[in-house]
Amino acid sequence: MATLSDVKPATGQPEAVLSNDEILRYSRHLIMPEVGMDGQQKLKAAKVLCIGAGGLGSPLALYLTAAGVGTLGIVDFDVVDYTNLQRQIIHTTADVGRKKLDSAADKLKAINPFLNLRTFDTKLTSANALELFREFDIVADGTDNFPTRYLVNDACVLTGKPNVYGSIFRFEGQASVFATEDGPCYRCLYPEPPPPGLVPSCAEGGVLGILPGLVGVIQATETIKLILGQGDSLVGRLLLVDALGMKFRELKLRKNPECPVCGTHRTITKLIDYEEFCGVRGVEAPVTASSDVPAISVEELKKKLDAKADIFILDVREPHEYQICNLNGYLIPLGDLPKRVSELDSSREIVAHCKMGGRSAKAVAFLKQAGFTKVHNLTGGITAWAERIDPKMPKY
Amino acid sequence: MPQIQIPSPLRQYSGKQASVDVPGKTVGEALTGLVSLHPDLKRHLYTDDGKLRAFVNVYVNDEDMRYLEKEATALKDGDTISIVPSIAGG
Repeated sequence: MATLSDVKPATGQPEAVLSNDEILRYSRHLIMPEVGMDGQQKLKAAKVLCIGAGGLGSPLALYLTAAGVGTLGIVDFDVVDYTNLQRQIIHTTADVGRKKLDSAADKLKAINPFLNLRTFDTKLTSANALELFREFDIVADGTDNFPTRYLVNDACVLTGKPNVYGSIFRFEGQASVFATEDGPCYRCLYPEPPPPGLVPSCAEGGVLGILPGLVGVIQATETIKLILGQGDSLVGRLLLVDALGMKFRELKLRKNPECPVCGTHRTITKLIDYEEFCGVRGVEAPVTASSDVPAISVEELKKKLDAKADIFILDVREPHEYQICNLNGYLIPLGDLPKRVSELDSSREIVAHCKMGGRSAKAVAFLKQAGFTKVHNLTGGITAWAERIDPKMPKY
Repeated sequence: MPQIQIPSPLRQYSGKQASVDVPGKTVGEALTGLVSLHPDLKRHLYTDDGKLRAFVNVYVNDEDMRYLEKEATALKDGDTISIVPSIAGG
């Protein structure tokens, strides 16, 4: 198992002397031999860079700050919104609309005034990652998308910084420590990202609010162990967390000798275009009119409904989404459409909708292929309806 | 009979089941059995030319099959196959 001796660079600098106030604050650390004065000084000398101040970044930053990590960097360019508050516990209701960095800085400074906080109000990119990583000892990956995951990994390998990894989806999480000198990297585990559209993001698939807490605290634990040089790190192991079954399992990870970034014959020696590598894809984006998917705006639909036009509204979302809000449409989830298409009357005018317009565009394309001619996609979905037609309708 | 663990992102294609018992002497046979039982899983596990997707890792107990005999890895009674796709949420 890897300990600090395996991890470059060593982070402890003996000149990080603790004041009496700090000694009192870290008392419960100092009385444990595994930390002690030496360990606490290593924590104070350590420089950890946290990518993202979201679900994973919240517990990571809070605990690393409380534990006495001397220098914490946070990279984030996002603004707090209401949908973040269910899991991003560093932000409060009053912070909605503020920069996540400003919101996080207030909490962290309040927890530990001895913290040297460095905030980077930017998107992590191939242009800035290497320079940024070189200023820190350890990088903790709390990002929420594949391009940035591969960017963080490659930049860690190229700069020789351990990558304390965690990721989450619905009720499941993964954690490991990548890119140590002899250990595997993220690309050894997953050489390629999933093709766009095959793996849903948390914004599409949801995530249990406590899950980033569980996984983020595991990342914080691994970060602190790396700094202290204590215990068995997750280097060479992938920890799987299943919150629903409350099971923790671990799988063996091996360094892939053919890994393009950390293997013996390296083909990736500088950062690449990660958006291109991952075939870019964000959350379900509003779909605009296109030649193959006939579209209708929410205003046009409202006008037609008010005029009592004969329109069949087809809702292709999931039943639990229908419960949140609906347009009294006929519910057939997109995945069930092929086997339930006989329930639809092709002589009627059909308007298909989903949350934002992405899934219903696929439904319209499918129905057109199946011979339906009077079928339209509701541009912007029920979200556009809630924004522009019925402000009392909840948005989710 | 070997048991295949289905991760939550893929359970919508396995009739919501978290694990499926499938006969098979090798990992390849068990996975083929799985996708014939749940055809919707196929395009999530395999590429159009029938190769296992690079972002789907398959473990036999706690070992990555890429470091065993891959799809030809022999299975014995009580072995657990885990499908571990990459996730990116944070």
